[in-house]
Amino acid sequence: MKPAPFAYKKVRSLDETIALLGEHKDARLLAGGQSLIATLNMRLSNPSLLIDINGIGGMAGIARKNGAVEIGALTRHVEAERSDLIAKDVPLIARAMPEIGHPAIRNRGTLGGSISFADPAAELPACLLALGGELDIAGPKGRRTVKAEDFFKGLFETALGPQDVLTAIRVPAANAQTRTGFAELARRHGDYAIVGLAASARADSKGLSDVRLAYFGVGATTVRARKAETALTGGAIDDERLDAAVAALDLDPSDDVQATSATRKHLAGVLLRRVAKQLMETRS
Amino acid sequence: MSEYLCDITLTVNGEPVSERVEARKTLADFLRDDLVLTGTHIGCEHGFCGACTVRVNGDIVRGCLMLAAQCDGAIVETIEGLSDSGELADLQAAFEQRNALQCGFCTPGVLATAQDLLKRASENSTVPSRAAIREHLSGNYCRCTGYHAIVDAIEAVAQARAGDKR
Repeated sequence: MKPAPFAYKKVRSLDETIALLGEHKDARLLAGGQSLIATLNMRLSNPSLLIDINGIGGMAGIARKNGAVEIGALTRHVEAERSDLIAKDVPLIARAMPEIGHPAIRNRGTLGGSISFADPAAELPACLLALGGELDIAGPKGRRTVKAEDFFKGLFETALGPQDVLTAIRVPAANAQTRTGFAELARRHGDYAIVGLAASARADSKGLSDVRLAYFGVGATTVRARKAETALTGGAIDDERLDAAVAALDLDPSDDVQATSATRKHLAGVLLRRVAKQLMETRS
Repeated sequence: MSEYLCDITLTVNGEPVSERVEARKTLADFLRDDLVLTGTHIGCEHGFCGACTVRVNGDIVRGCLMLAAQCDGAIVETIEGLSDSGELADLQAAFEQRNALQCGFCTPGVLATAQDLLKRASENSTVPSRAAIREHLSGNYCRCTGYHAIVDAIEAVAQARAGDKR
């Protein structure tokens, strides 16, 4: 299908964007457009105005800041995929990148767009949650920072208000103790996941601690499997501990055209075993 | 102020173009309807099938997931331009030889995507594996060939190009 008519405005600043969002209640922000334009074509969304934010300066790029890595919201997937800094300091996002869409999609799509859209089966919200990241938001009352665990509120619903713009995300840089794991199952490489899992942990001589398991594709938002996290903590990951962690998965996925709830629960266990193996690998 | 119509100036296949377009018009529709470059095919119109793949500023994109209005100042290359320049000649010959197309609907997008992979591989002096070819082509549906012949053709060209450089 073709989109219904809308007006288009390319903005040059955040102030201009926030003001326009105030004037046009049903306006939408256009960043990479890889989800938005698909929904426009299907007439699932019908805004009166598209505010193209691609021309705002200073909102793209990847930089090391104190113990963290900051990624501008307009950074395109392909830049993160090819970034040496991401490969070295944020290995979880490096692992996830090739699974996000297809090359032509990654050339346009932005990290900020994917996170703001908050598709429950998308990879980056789960990565952000697993890493304990935070988000910088600009709005009519100024700027604020929100933790990932307070950001994802519900199905396509986030802490962003109607006049807010996500400007950057920040995640802790990996160190020698950091372990990460990522796996997803999809009908076709690059499609949204049937089930996926992004994980991080800290490793020491006693085993794993600070285990964070963020599932996606199993509910209205990305969700942590806290009981399984506890089960993986504090000792060697042997078969017994792994079985206990799988048994402790308290996910409640719903049925859809791709898979039943029971299938998804089973696959969540399969992914946990794969990811636990990755968490035990020493960083090279 | 905000506009339902946008004036855009861009380069398409090496030629300057200035047009007034509806804001809602996708790049794929602009290329087909306004410029009659009908080699860009429209399949699903929501980014799944890859038939509308074109190059914008050197990178492949979905023509259905970009607006023409966003292409002001851009350099756009379609299958017509990529073909006329001779850049794809060896790929096209390999596709013909190996029956890597039947109806041909997906072929413009597949060729653009394959060339994107081969160009990067050549820059890095690598030859992509069959798995890498399949992964790069994962966003391009072909409903005729079953993909094997497509992968064969791309692999053959990748090896031939690497051989020519040695």
